[in-house]
Amino acid sequence: MSPSSPRTEFLAGVRAELPIALGVIPFGLIYGVLALAAGLNPGQAQAMSAIVFAGSAQFIGTQLMGGSAPLSVLWLTTLVVNLRHLLYSTSLAPNMRALPRRWRWLLAYLLTDEAYAMTAVHYANHQTPLTYKHWYFLGAGLLLWTVWQISTAGGIFLGAEVPASWSLDFTLALTFIGIVVAGLKERPSVAAALSAGVVAVLTFSLPYKLGLMVAALTGIVVGVILENTSSTSRNL
Amino acid sequence: MNIWLAIIGMGIITYALRLGPIVLLERIEVGGTARQALRFVPTAVLSAIIFPELFMPGGTLDISLGNERLLAGLLAAVVAWRTKNVLWTIVVGMAALWILQALG
Repeated sequence: MSPSSPRTEFLAGVRAELPIALGVIPFGLIYGVLALAAGLNPGQAQAMSAIVFAGSAQFIGTQLMGGSAPLSVLWLTTLVVNLRHLLYSTSLAPNMRALPRRWRWLLAYLLTDEAYAMTAVHYANHQTPLTYKHWYFLGAGLLLWTVWQISTAGGIFLGAEVPASWSLDFTLALTFIGIVVAGLKERPSVAAALSAGVVAVLTFSLPYKLGLMVAALTGIVVGVILENTSSTSRNL
Repeated sequence: MNIWLAIIGMGIITYALRLGPIVLLERIEVGGTARQALRFVPTAVLSAIIFPELFMPGGTLDISLGNERLLAGLLAAVVAWRTKNVLWTIVVGMAALWILQALG
Protein backbone atom coordinates (compact mmCIF):
# COMPACT_ATOMS: atom_id res chain seq x y z
CA MET A 1 0.00 0.00 0.00
CA SER A 2 1.58 3.27 -1.08
CA PRO A 3 1.95 5.74 1.77
CA SER A 4 -0.45 8.63 1.81
CA SER A 5 0.77 12.19 1.96
CA PRO A 6 -0.92 15.58 1.76
CA ARG A 7 0.10 15.78 -1.87
CA THR A 8 -1.15 12.37 -2.93
CA GLU A 9 -4.40 12.88 -1.08
CA PHE A 10 -4.92 16.34 -2.55
CA LEU A 11 -4.28 15.14 -6.11
CA ALA A 12 -6.49 12.10 -5.56
CA GLY A 13 -9.30 14.40 -4.46
CA VAL A 14 -8.89 16.62 -7.50
CA ARG A 15 -8.79 13.64 -9.84
CA ALA A 16 -11.85 12.04 -8.30
CA GLU A 17 -13.81 15.27 -8.49
CA LEU A 18 -12.92 16.04 -12.14
CA PRO A 19 -15.90 14.37 -13.85
CA ILE A 20 -18.33 15.93 -11.42
CA ALA A 21 -16.73 19.33 -11.88
CA LEU A 22 -17.14 18.95 -15.62
CA GLY A 23 -20.83 18.18 -15.18
CA VAL A 24 -21.30 21.28 -13.07
CA ILE A 25 -20.15 23.66 -15.83
CA PRO A 26 -23.52 23.84 -17.63
CA PHE A 27 -25.23 24.65 -14.33
CA GLY A 28 -22.78 27.46 -13.69
CA LEU A 29 -23.30 28.95 -17.10
CA ILE A 30 -27.07 28.75 -16.81
CA TYR A 31 -26.99 30.31 -13.34
CA GLY A 32 -24.96 33.23 -14.68
CA VAL A 33 -27.44 33.94 -17.42
CA LEU A 34 -30.46 33.53 -15.12
CA ALA A 35 -28.99 35.75 -12.43
CA LEU A 36 -28.57 38.62 -14.85
CA ALA A 37 -32.05 38.02 -16.23
CA ALA A 38 -33.42 38.23 -12.68
CA GLY A 39 -31.99 41.70 -12.32
CA LEU A 40 -28.71 41.20 -10.49
CA ASN A 41 -25.73 43.11 -11.76
CA PRO A 42 -22.63 41.12 -12.77
CA GLY A 43 -20.82 41.87 -9.51
CA GLN A 44 -23.71 40.65 -7.38
CA ALA A 45 -24.24 37.56 -9.50
CA GLN A 46 -20.58 36.60 -9.33
CA ALA A 47 -20.32 37.40 -5.63
CA MET A 48 -23.20 35.08 -4.84
CA SER A 49 -21.25 32.19 -6.29
CA ALA A 50 -18.54 32.82 -3.74
CA ILE A 51 -20.62 34.00 -0.77
CA VAL A 52 -23.35 31.38 -1.01
CA PHE A 53 -21.64 28.74 -3.14
CA ALA A 54 -24.71 26.52 -3.42
CA GLY A 55 -26.14 25.91 -6.88
CA SER A 56 -29.77 25.14 -6.19
CA ALA A 57 -30.05 27.90 -3.60
CA GLN A 58 -28.54 30.34 -6.06
CA PHE A 59 -30.98 29.35 -8.77
CA ILE A 60 -34.03 29.65 -6.55
CA GLY A 61 -32.67 32.68 -4.76
CA THR A 62 -32.17 34.75 -7.87
CA GLN A 63 -35.67 33.90 -9.08
CA LEU A 64 -37.08 35.08 -5.74
CA MET A 65 -35.04 38.28 -5.93
CA GLY A 66 -36.30 38.89 -9.43
CA GLY A 67 -39.84 38.35 -8.23
CA SER A 68 -39.38 40.85 -5.39
CA ALA A 69 -40.04 38.32 -2.66
CA PRO A 70 -39.61 39.51 0.93
CA LEU A 71 -36.21 38.95 2.52
CA SER A 72 -37.71 36.57 5.06
CA VAL A 73 -39.09 34.31 2.36
CA LEU A 74 -35.77 34.31 0.54
CA TRP A 75 -33.81 33.38 3.65
CA LEU A 76 -36.31 30.75 4.78
CA THR A 77 -36.22 29.21 1.34
CA THR A 78 -32.42 29.16 1.45
CA LEU A 79 -32.57 27.37 4.78
CA VAL A 80 -34.95 24.69 3.59
CA VAL A 81 -33.30 24.16 0.22
CA ASN A 82 -29.91 23.73 1.88
CA LEU A 83 -31.04 21.60 4.81
CA ARG A 84 -29.37 18.50 3.41
CA HIS A 85 -25.96 20.08 4.13
CA LEU A 86 -26.71 19.42 7.79
CA LEU A 87 -26.68 15.73 6.95
CA TYR A 88 -23.41 16.03 5.06
CA SER A 89 -21.75 17.95 7.85
CA THR A 90 -23.00 15.59 10.53
CA SER A 91 -21.82 12.62 8.54
CA LEU A 92 -18.29 14.00 8.10
CA ALA A 93 -17.90 15.63 11.51
CA PRO A 94 -16.49 12.57 13.35
CA ASN A 95 -13.65 12.36 10.84
CA MET A 96 -12.76 16.00 11.24
CA ARG A 97 -12.44 16.17 15.00
CA ALA A 98 -8.66 16.16 15.08
CA LEU A 99 -8.33 18.96 12.55
CA PRO A 100 -7.24 22.47 13.50
CA ARG A 101 -9.99 25.05 13.55
CA ARG A 102 -8.88 26.71 10.33
CA TRP A 103 -9.18 23.45 8.44
CA ARG A 104 -12.67 22.76 9.72
CA TRP A 105 -13.88 26.24 8.87
CA LEU A 106 -12.38 26.09 5.38
CA LEU A 107 -13.60 22.60 4.57
CA ALA A 108 -17.09 23.44 5.83
CA TYR A 109 -17.17 26.32 3.36
CA LEU A 110 -16.36 23.90 0.53
CA LEU A 111 -19.00 21.36 1.52
CA THR A 112 -21.26 21.00 -1.52
CA ASP A 113 -23.24 17.95 -2.71
CA GLU A 114 -20.53 17.22 -5.20
CA ALA A 115 -17.57 17.51 -2.85
CA TYR A 116 -19.44 15.56 -0.19
CA ALA A 117 -20.17 12.64 -2.49
CA MET A 118 -16.51 11.86 -3.22
CA THR A 119 -15.23 12.80 0.22
CA ALA A 120 -17.73 10.70 2.16
CA VAL A 121 -16.83 7.62 0.18
CA HIS A 122 -13.13 8.26 0.69
CA TYR A 123 -13.54 8.68 4.44
CA ALA A 124 -15.63 5.51 4.58
CA ASN A 125 -12.83 3.47 3.05
CA HIS A 126 -11.12 2.26 6.19
CA GLN A 127 -8.40 0.46 4.30
CA THR A 128 -6.60 3.76 3.82
CA PRO A 129 -5.33 5.81 6.74
CA LEU A 130 -7.29 8.81 7.96
CA THR A 131 -4.21 10.95 8.52
CA TYR A 132 -4.25 13.15 5.42
CA LYS A 133 -7.76 12.65 4.11
CA HIS A 134 -8.64 16.28 4.78
CA TRP A 135 -6.30 17.07 1.89
CA TYR A 136 -8.47 14.90 -0.36
CA PHE A 137 -11.49 16.85 0.84
CA LEU A 138 -9.61 20.08 0.10
CA GLY A 139 -8.62 18.95 -3.39
CA ALA A 140 -12.12 17.92 -4.33
CA GLY A 141 -13.68 21.00 -2.76
CA LEU A 142 -11.25 23.49 -4.28
CA LEU A 143 -11.61 22.05 -7.76
CA LEU A 144 -15.38 22.26 -7.54
CA TRP A 145 -15.17 25.81 -6.16
CA THR A 146 -12.84 26.96 -8.92
CA VAL A 147 -14.92 25.44 -11.70
CA TRP A 148 -18.06 26.96 -10.19
CA GLN A 149 -16.59 30.45 -10.05
CA ILE A 150 -15.26 30.22 -13.61
CA SER A 151 -18.39 28.76 -15.15
CA THR A 152 -20.69 31.26 -13.43
CA ALA A 153 -18.38 34.00 -14.69
CA GLY A 154 -18.73 32.49 -18.14
CA GLY A 155 -22.48 32.75 -17.94
CA ILE A 156 -22.41 36.26 -16.46
CA PHE A 157 -19.74 38.00 -18.48
CA LEU A 158 -19.81 36.08 -21.71
CA GLY A 159 -23.45 35.06 -21.85
CA ALA A 160 -21.90 31.72 -22.71
CA GLU A 161 -24.02 28.68 -23.05
CA VAL A 162 -23.07 25.08 -23.52
CA PRO A 163 -25.41 23.52 -26.06
CA ALA A 164 -27.97 21.55 -24.13
CA SER A 165 -27.60 18.73 -26.62
CA TRP A 166 -24.23 17.91 -25.12
CA SER A 167 -26.02 16.81 -21.95
CA LEU A 168 -22.86 17.34 -19.93
CA ASP A 169 -24.90 17.68 -16.78
CA PHE A 170 -25.59 13.94 -16.99
CA THR A 171 -22.05 13.26 -15.77
CA LEU A 172 -23.25 14.35 -12.34
CA ALA A 173 -25.95 11.67 -12.24
CA LEU A 174 -23.55 9.08 -13.66
CA THR A 175 -20.94 9.83 -11.01
CA PHE A 176 -23.53 9.44 -8.29
CA ILE A 177 -24.75 6.18 -9.85
CA GLY A 178 -21.18 4.92 -9.85
CA ILE A 179 -20.71 5.84 -6.21
CA VAL A 180 -24.01 4.41 -4.99
CA VAL A 181 -23.89 1.14 -6.91
CA ALA A 182 -20.23 0.52 -6.14
CA GLY A 183 -21.00 1.12 -2.48
CA LEU A 184 -23.95 -1.26 -2.20
CA LYS A 185 -22.97 -3.95 0.24
CA GLU A 186 -25.94 -5.84 1.59
CA ARG A 187 -29.69 -5.69 1.63
CA PRO A 188 -29.93 -2.72 4.02
CA SER A 189 -27.95 -0.45 1.68
CA VAL A 190 -29.87 -1.62 -1.39
CA ALA A 191 -33.13 -1.02 0.45
CA ALA A 192 -31.91 2.39 1.57
CA ALA A 193 -31.07 3.35 -2.01
CA LEU A 194 -34.33 2.07 -3.48
CA SER A 195 -36.60 3.53 -0.84
CA ALA A 196 -34.86 6.90 -0.99
CA GLY A 197 -35.11 6.90 -4.77
CA VAL A 198 -38.76 5.95 -4.92
CA VAL A 199 -39.77 8.47 -2.27
CA ALA A 200 -37.75 11.14 -4.09
CA VAL A 201 -39.81 10.54 -7.21
CA LEU A 202 -43.07 10.48 -5.25
CA THR A 203 -42.29 13.73 -3.43
CA PHE A 204 -40.77 15.48 -6.41
CA SER A 205 -43.41 18.15 -6.58
CA LEU A 206 -42.83 19.28 -3.01
CA PRO A 207 -41.41 22.81 -2.91
CA TYR A 208 -37.95 23.87 -1.74
CA LYS A 209 -36.41 20.47 -2.45
CA LEU A 210 -38.18 19.16 0.65
CA GLY A 211 -38.76 15.92 -1.21
CA LEU A 212 -35.02 15.33 -1.20
CA MET A 213 -34.84 15.58 2.59
CA VAL A 214 -37.88 13.35 3.07
CA ALA A 215 -36.46 10.81 0.66
CA ALA A 216 -33.01 10.85 2.24
CA LEU A 217 -34.43 10.44 5.74
CA THR A 218 -36.63 7.59 4.49
CA GLY A 219 -33.65 5.81 3.02
CA ILE A 220 -31.65 6.23 6.21
CA VAL A 221 -34.45 4.93 8.41
CA VAL A 222 -35.09 1.95 6.13
CA GLY A 223 -31.40 1.12 6.08
CA VAL A 224 -31.03 1.27 9.84
CA ILE A 225 -34.18 -0.77 10.50
CA LEU A 226 -33.20 -3.48 8.06
CA GLU A 227 -29.69 -3.65 9.40
CA ASN A 228 -30.93 -4.02 12.96
CA THR A 229 -33.62 -6.58 12.19
CA SER A 230 -31.27 -8.78 10.20
CA SER A 231 -28.63 -8.74 12.92
CA THR A 232 -31.13 -9.54 15.65
CA SER A 233 -32.50 -12.47 13.70
CA ARG A 234 -28.96 -13.75 13.28
CA ASN A 235 -28.40 -13.57 17.00
CA LEU A 236 -31.52 -15.59 17.81
CA MET B 1 -34.80 44.50 -1.49
CA ASN B 2 -31.19 45.20 -0.69
CA ILE B 3 -29.51 42.61 -2.89
CA TRP B 4 -26.23 42.58 -1.00
CA LEU B 5 -27.97 42.08 2.32
CA ALA B 6 -29.96 39.26 0.75
CA ILE B 7 -26.85 37.56 -0.61
CA ILE B 8 -24.91 37.85 2.63
CA GLY B 9 -27.85 36.49 4.59
CA MET B 10 -28.08 33.53 2.24
CA GLY B 11 -24.37 32.96 2.68
CA ILE B 12 -24.52 33.01 6.45
CA ILE B 13 -27.42 30.57 6.54
CA THR B 14 -25.75 28.19 4.12
CA TYR B 15 -22.43 28.31 5.93
CA ALA B 16 -24.09 27.79 9.30
CA LEU B 17 -25.71 24.59 8.01
CA ARG B 18 -22.39 23.37 6.70
CA LEU B 19 -20.29 24.34 9.70
CA GLY B 20 -22.75 23.79 12.54
CA PRO B 21 -22.54 20.04 13.02
CA ILE B 22 -18.79 20.03 12.47
CA VAL B 23 -18.30 22.52 15.29
CA LEU B 24 -21.01 21.21 17.59
CA LEU B 25 -19.95 17.59 17.29
CA GLU B 26 -16.33 18.33 18.09
CA ARG B 27 -16.78 17.45 21.73
CA ILE B 28 -19.88 15.31 21.55
CA GLU B 29 -19.42 11.70 20.64
CA VAL B 30 -21.95 10.50 18.10
CA GLY B 31 -23.85 7.58 19.62
CA GLY B 32 -24.36 4.06 18.26
CA THR B 33 -27.60 4.35 16.36
CA ALA B 34 -26.78 7.85 15.14
CA ARG B 35 -23.46 6.66 13.80
CA GLN B 36 -25.21 3.76 12.14
CA ALA B 37 -27.68 6.15 10.55
CA LEU B 38 -24.88 8.40 9.29
CA ARG B 39 -23.37 5.54 7.35
CA PHE B 40 -26.46 5.48 5.16
CA VAL B 41 -26.38 9.20 4.37
CA PRO B 42 -24.35 9.08 1.14
CA THR B 43 -26.37 6.19 -0.31
CA ALA B 44 -29.71 7.69 0.64
CA VAL B 45 -28.98 11.26 -0.43
CA LEU B 46 -27.34 10.37 -3.73
CA SER B 47 -30.16 7.97 -4.58
CA ALA B 48 -32.68 10.70 -3.78
CA ILE B 49 -30.88 12.90 -6.30
CA ILE B 50 -30.37 10.26 -8.98
CA PHE B 51 -33.84 8.71 -9.22
CA PRO B 52 -35.77 11.85 -10.23
CA GLU B 53 -33.06 12.66 -12.77
CA LEU B 54 -33.43 9.28 -14.39
CA PHE B 55 -37.15 8.65 -14.02
CA MET B 56 -38.47 12.21 -14.39
CA PRO B 57 -36.15 13.99 -16.82
CA GLY B 58 -38.62 16.65 -17.83
CA GLY B 59 -40.29 16.87 -14.47
CA THR B 60 -42.88 14.19 -15.23
CA LEU B 61 -42.54 10.45 -14.79
CA ASP B 62 -41.24 8.73 -17.88
CA ILE B 63 -40.60 5.01 -17.69
CA SER B 64 -40.73 4.46 -21.44
CA LEU B 65 -38.04 3.26 -23.81
CA GLY B 66 -37.97 6.82 -25.11
CA ASN B 67 -36.35 8.03 -21.91
CA GLU B 68 -32.73 7.99 -23.00
CA ARG B 69 -31.38 9.09 -19.62
CA LEU B 70 -33.14 6.22 -17.91
CA LEU B 71 -31.74 3.65 -20.32
CA ALA B 72 -28.25 5.12 -20.20
CA GLY B 73 -28.45 5.33 -16.43
CA LEU B 74 -29.52 1.69 -16.08
CA LEU B 75 -26.69 0.60 -18.32
CA ALA B 76 -24.30 2.72 -16.26
CA ALA B 77 -25.61 1.05 -13.11
CA VAL B 78 -24.81 -2.37 -14.57
CA VAL B 79 -21.32 -1.20 -15.49
CA ALA B 80 -20.87 0.20 -11.99
CA TRP B 81 -22.01 -3.10 -10.52
CA ARG B 82 -19.60 -5.17 -12.61
CA THR B 83 -16.55 -2.89 -12.56
CA LYS B 84 -17.00 -0.95 -9.29
CA ASN B 85 -15.27 1.78 -11.27
CA VAL B 86 -16.77 5.27 -11.36
CA LEU B 87 -14.80 6.39 -14.40
CA TRP B 88 -16.04 3.52 -16.57
CA THR B 89 -19.54 4.20 -15.33
CA ILE B 90 -19.34 7.77 -16.59
CA VAL B 91 -17.70 6.89 -19.90
CA VAL B 92 -20.17 4.14 -20.78
CA GLY B 93 -23.11 6.16 -19.50
CA MET B 94 -22.29 9.26 -21.55
CA ALA B 95 -21.52 7.18 -24.64
CA ALA B 96 -24.83 5.36 -24.27
CA LEU B 97 -26.70 8.64 -23.84
CA TRP B 98 -25.13 10.24 -26.88
CA ILE B 99 -25.75 7.17 -29.02
CA LEU B 100 -29.37 6.94 -27.91
CA GLN B 101 -29.88 10.64 -28.55
CA ALA B 102 -28.33 10.35 -32.00
CA LEU B 103 -30.55 7.38 -32.80
CA GLY B 104 -33.65 9.01 -31.34
